Amino acid sequence: MDRFTGKIWVLGDDIDTDIIIPTEYLALKTVQDMAPYAFSPLRPELAGQIREGDIIVAGKNFGCGSSREQAPEIIKALGIRCVIAKSFARIFFRNSINNGLLLIENDRIQNDVKEGDEITVAINESIECHGKQHPITSLPQNLVDILNAGGLVKAMQRRNGLV
Amino acid sequence: MGMTIAEKIIAAAAGVASVRPGDIHTVELDRLMSNDGTTHLTIDMYRNLKNPRIADVDKLVWIVDHNVPCDSVKTAASHKKMRDFAKEHGIKFYEGAGVCHQVMMENHVTSGELIFGADSHTCAYGAAGAFGTGVGCTDYLYAMVTGKSWLLVPETLRFNLTGKLNDGVYARDLILSIIGMIGANGANYMAMEFGGEGLKTLNMSDRIAICNLCVEAGAKTALMEVDEITLDYLKAHGREPKHVFKSDEDAHFAKVYEIDLAAVRPIVAKPHFVDSVVDAKECVGTHIDEAFLGSCNNGRIEDLRVGAELIKGRKVHPHVRFLVVPASTEVYRQALAEGIIDTFMEAGAIVMNANCSVCWGSCQGVIGEGEVLISTGTRNFKGRAGHKDSFVYLASAATVTASAIRGEITTADMIS
Repeated sequence: MDRFTGKIWVLGDDIDTDIIIPTEYLALKTVQDMAPYAFSPLRPELAGQIREGDIIVAGKNFGCGSSREQAPEIIKALGIRCVIAKSFARIFFRNSINNGLLLIENDRIQNDVKEGDEITVAINESIECHGKQHPITSLPQNLVDILNAGGLVKAMQRRNGLV
Repeated sequence: MGMTIAEKIIAAAAGVASVRPGDIHTVELDRLMSNDGTTHLTIDMYRNLKNPRIADVDKLVWIVDHNVPCDSVKTAASHKKMRDFAKEHGIKFYEGAGVCHQVMMENHVTSGELIFGADSHTCAYGAAGAFGTGVGCTDYLYAMVTGKSWLLVPETLRFNLTGKLNDGVYARDLILSIIGMIGANGANYMAMEFGGEGLKTLNMSDRIAICNLCVEAGAKTALMEVDEITLDYLKAHGREPKHVFKSDEDAHFAKVYEIDLAAVRPIVAKPHFVDSVVDAKECVGTHIDEAFLGSCNNGRIEDLRVGAELIKGRKVHPHVRFLVVPASTEVYRQALAEGIIDTFMEAGAIVMNANCSVCWGSCQGVIGEGEVLISTGTRNFKGRAGHKDSFVYLASAATVTASAIRGEITTADMIS
């Protein structure tokens, strides 16, 4: 699973976690119940249009704001395979890795793509779109381990079997 | 090479002689705070572990503050889960005592500590020289079970403060100016460190207001130099510092900013971003429907005094709901003793129990379609305070109160 291809959805800068999942829906029972309302203040129809394997391409400071961990959980539950953004807010970054949601920091690809395009990601190597390759930097090993395990709790279980 | 305050705290917590930005270290945590935003999720995950155990229960502090009193059957269930678990395991538990960060500052934080909080504004503890950082429920679970976590050592942005804030200008105006200047991710992954001659003109309430909001510039943490004011505050609350760290002469800062406090003016952050910052005068005349004085940012006695002084002998504008919410029961009782609560009520304000209230946007003072709120809360993202098509302006206690009086955005100096 070192490469995957997906259709992209394009979002702008400073997509905060109140947009990713508004407070009023946090009281819903499960992440699956909340998922239909993802991004609703900005694009109410988007959650319903996302398909398994799709990719989000965004601007700077993706995931800023509240530390609500439901934000990356819901993005993953919608079937998004990875989020590519110019930069990520730090709490969102940790929360995503902890939930096994792949994040890639890249600030060039946004100039070359538009919504609906298909791109191919070679993990820790590059993003390919329209025949062009954009190199990406790899994450530190401890984070790669967590992602490969599918999240922090799974990595904990895998690592020492104590929990 | 020397180290910054943030680097020293991490080094101490990692048990190593020195650290550099970009290093990843395993650190021992001094305190783990969690509130009713996500503790129920942590508990569910905990119970699914094969051999669940808590590394050091004394380090945990659980606080119910976001929906107090409870606003729905679902919330009642998540609160009960939290309450019962805390009782079962002997975890320090607060319900109704106030907003988590205020309760933590009043009761638990001390200089040199490394603290995780399952809430983004945990960076507030920098006011006491503690490295506080916000995490999600999974990071919290890991830290709860192991007592440790991994930390990427942040770069530090240094802010040298000089001069003194003018009358009518407050710490809230200062931090909003800084966020406006560097941008919503201008401090991304960094520690924002504050020092300089001007620091001593800022009291603890000012320092909390400043550090608290640093996450809105993307900061990993905020840290103020520890001085007599900090030590007096800690002593008054029965605490000694753990470490008192100062950045070394040859510490490396990613950037240094010289901030003249006397140049700061009353500021408003316009919808829908905390860094959409303008001189408050530019927004004067904007109609408002609701005003909120409270939150972990500006719900302390100092903020209430400012509002009370402005509104004494005046009334809340007929078309405005003015909600006043002390950040803790300690603040509330002090405000009662000083006659401040009566002043607000006489003016027609709605005074409520200590909790996150309007800032959280889900249980008190929710605003409807097209409505405008001016608030001392922490955020103004789209839909934050209620309907997705509503508008939130952020400002100081003085600007919020003046606006509540006039029914439109107003600066305090305009109230004669």
